[in-house]
Amino acid sequence: MAVIDLANPSRFLTLANRTIPWLGGVTLIAFAFGINQAMIAPDDYQQGATVKIMFLHVPSAWLGMLGWGLMTVAALGTLVWRHPLADVTAKAAAPIGAAFTLLCLVTGSLWGRPEWGTYWVWDARLTSELILFLLYLGVIALWRTVEDPSRAARAVAILTLVGAIDLPVIKFSVEWWNTLHQGSSVFRLGGSTIYPTILIPLFLMAAAFTLLFVTLLLAAMRNEILRRRVRTLRLMQASATS
Amino acid sequence: MAATAHIDFIAAAYAAAVITVGGLIAWVMLDYRAQRRALADLEMHGITRRSEAMRSGTAMQQAEEEA
Repeated sequence: MAVIDLANPSRFLTLANRTIPWLGGVTLIAFAFGINQAMIAPDDYQQGATVKIMFLHVPSAWLGMLGWGLMTVAALGTLVWRHPLADVTAKAAAPIGAAFTLLCLVTGSLWGRPEWGTYWVWDARLTSELILFLLYLGVIALWRTVEDPSRAARAVAILTLVGAIDLPVIKFSVEWWNTLHQGSSVFRLGGSTIYPTILIPLFLMAAAFTLLFVTLLLAAMRNEILRRRVRTLRLMQASATS
Repeated sequence: MAATAHIDFIAAAYAAAVITVGGLIAWVMLDYRAQRRALADLEMHGITRRSEAMRSGTAMQQAEEEA
């Protein structure tokens, strides 16, 4: 099946039905392996055992940003190419991205209390991450406000493109401003500053969370295609009876 | 020791992850079931997509009869 064939929702449904159970299984195995490695990882010399929160916090932060990045590409797909699956992708990704961003904020807060002595500070990184969560809520609200999916998609696409400005702000906030949040320690010039005994479980958990994200996204996209079919059929039913 | 001092924060973080991930999985599964049920209900009332009706041959037969 060529990639272009996936532009057809029916073909996408066939592919999703085939891949979701397999992806679900692989995700489960990845989590079993990742959690095991995270639990046996040694304590950090500074953070102690609270480093275990990082195995949840860091992947959640990455996926919260990945979700919006995906929605940005989908927004271009909606506005420029009018790809049939673009707005389906954007709508499906929003609650998943929002959930991961919320998890990032909650786990960060729970890490901050023992390490910084506070659950929250209006630090540039934390504030820009909170803005991302609020943007997600805005997008979800907009999808629900406009009844016609194609009209809603265009409005959401514009909001998504505007909101994409927050992604580089989140990424570089620790360099642009003096923040309590630590600077980049995984992906940075000169290599990671994290010792492999912690870095490897972190990557394993990130891989498991990414697989989960992809599985949930495919399943949510499948649901959205079905929801649009139900909507079309109900409109047909209403016009037939009137 | 740090592990025992902060175990409640670690446990709370993992509980939050379980709730979030569990919530997402439940949302996706329940939504799928609801959409499938809605589609089945509509099909039971004879409302189907044109392409599916064509595939099942019903529309084809109707067209032949009309011709």
